[in-house]
Amino acid sequence: MTATHWTQNNPLYLDYQATTPTDKRVVEAMAPYWTEKFGNPHSRNHHFGWEAEDAVEIAREHVSQLIGASPKEVIFTSGATEANNLALKGVAKFYGDKKNHIITCVTEHKCVLETCRALQQDGFDVTYLHVKENGLIDLDDLKAAITDKTLIVSIMAVNNEIGVIQPLKEIGQICRDNKVFFHTDAAQAVGKITLDVEDMNIDLMSISGHKMYGPMGIGALFVRRRPRVRLVPLIHGGGQERGMRSGTLPTPLVVGFGKACEIALKEMGAEAARLRGFQERLFEGLKERIPEIYLNGDLESRIPGNLNISFSYVEGEGLMMGIKDLGVSSGSACTSASLEPSYVLRALGVEEELAHTSLRLGLGRFTTEDDIDYAIERISKEVNRLRELSPLWDMAQAGVDIKSIKWAEH
Amino acid sequence: MAYSKELIDHYENPRNVGSMDEKDGDTGTGLVGAPACGDVMKLQIKVSADGIIEDAKFKTFGCGSAIASSSLVTEWVKGKTLDEATDIKNTDIAEELALPPVKIHCSILAEDAIKAAVEDYKEKTSVKDDAAE
Repeated sequence: MTATHWTQNNPLYLDYQATTPTDKRVVEAMAPYWTEKFGNPHSRNHHFGWEAEDAVEIAREHVSQLIGASPKEVIFTSGATEANNLALKGVAKFYGDKKNHIITCVTEHKCVLETCRALQQDGFDVTYLHVKENGLIDLDDLKAAITDKTLIVSIMAVNNEIGVIQPLKEIGQICRDNKVFFHTDAAQAVGKITLDVEDMNIDLMSISGHKMYGPMGIGALFVRRRPRVRLVPLIHGGGQERGMRSGTLPTPLVVGFGKACEIALKEMGAEAARLRGFQERLFEGLKERIPEIYLNGDLESRIPGNLNISFSYVEGEGLMMGIKDLGVSSGSACTSASLEPSYVLRALGVEEELAHTSLRLGLGRFTTEDDIDYAIERISKEVNRLRELSPLWDMAQAGVDIKSIKWAEH
Repeated sequence: MAYSKELIDHYENPRNVGSMDEKDGDTGTGLVGAPACGDVMKLQIKVSADGIIEDAKFKTFGCGSAIASSSLVTEWVKGKTLDEATDIKNTDIAEELALPPVKIHCSILAEDAIKAAVEDYKEKTSVKDDAAE
């Protein structure tokens, strides 16, 4: 599709951290499991059940291969939110009478932060590590936070807003040395970067299907078997998924998720290299055409499919209205109903006024070079137009320090 | 969220964008909002000797609703007396642009901007009058 096709009602998708389109190969793999192969994978006494069970186990194998785990360590869930809840609440409930301290980080996804808040209500102590200006945690802070009461450390692999990759191997080593469980929310990482639960000493890992070209409504929790991590289940019932997550598995979704993992394992390397080129082209193209733009989060330790940029002096939501032919996100889509600037950007020390000017640009499997060039043209044209309307831009050009003005906060 | 035609028109084709010299005696400048809140409006008026607003200019940092609200009020205040201008209510602005509930604060800011510009003009002229006495 050429660039000229993009319109308000048929916009160019640049929000791959929100979700990804399901790969057609995934949809194809899923198709028979809705209709002719509709069996309940837990039916143990007829062909329909066996057929579905076989498909589920093949999918489990694909998921486990992608992260260097054994299939027995993969527990299917409804998605990463459930996996994060299960990991933290499940471990906390099982071991809580011996250890009651959890360490996480201020830039985690809301489903980790809110789960930790809920555990605080139940009497757990939670340490929220701060991040450096580049969005990464300080390993010395982590070491210093660990006590003999620390049960689990939960640090995300890749941040959903700024795409930065935390030093997983180093964190894993610190946790192992201190005999503390290491959980990572890898929703934005699996299928994007190489992950190995053995090499990285990861004990629990949350995975999402729809962030990696699989279907929505499916995900998984990796739960280490050696040394064994034990969980109290959140959902009780027929004892499926080794008793850790009861409920009939949705065979079509599981099959699709497995197919997405199989594709990712094969294509991840080439895809990452291609996207790295696009990321650079986009950032350089924007910098060339628009002065005074700032990248939020580290550039090096970052997935190739993400850029988060502050377009100073132009408010993000106002900017988005001018580029309705681009599907981008201002801050996190989860919180864009509120008018507060992103808590992730604030945690990096980005000033509130700059946080209000940020866009998240997400690239992925179906992004083309033409798309990148189109986005550069559209964004730079609109930013420059809106700067002409911006009193802050005027002041900056006239050498007025915006901080020197006494603003009436409303 | 679907925006009204009127709002989109003002956002895409903003009226009366620009600046006046703040030091000119016949102008008034209102600067309201705060960058940290994501909205700053600068509204300027030029007042004739008989107290009629003969020109208005704006610049706005903010969302589409904030830009449209300020563009709209520059049109509305022109030809009005100072008292008529300060009678413009945020609800009139919100209604004209069909602002969604989460954007009502943009219309309030635009109303504040008019009041601040008129206030600034009055302050300047009263100082001038005092000096002349």
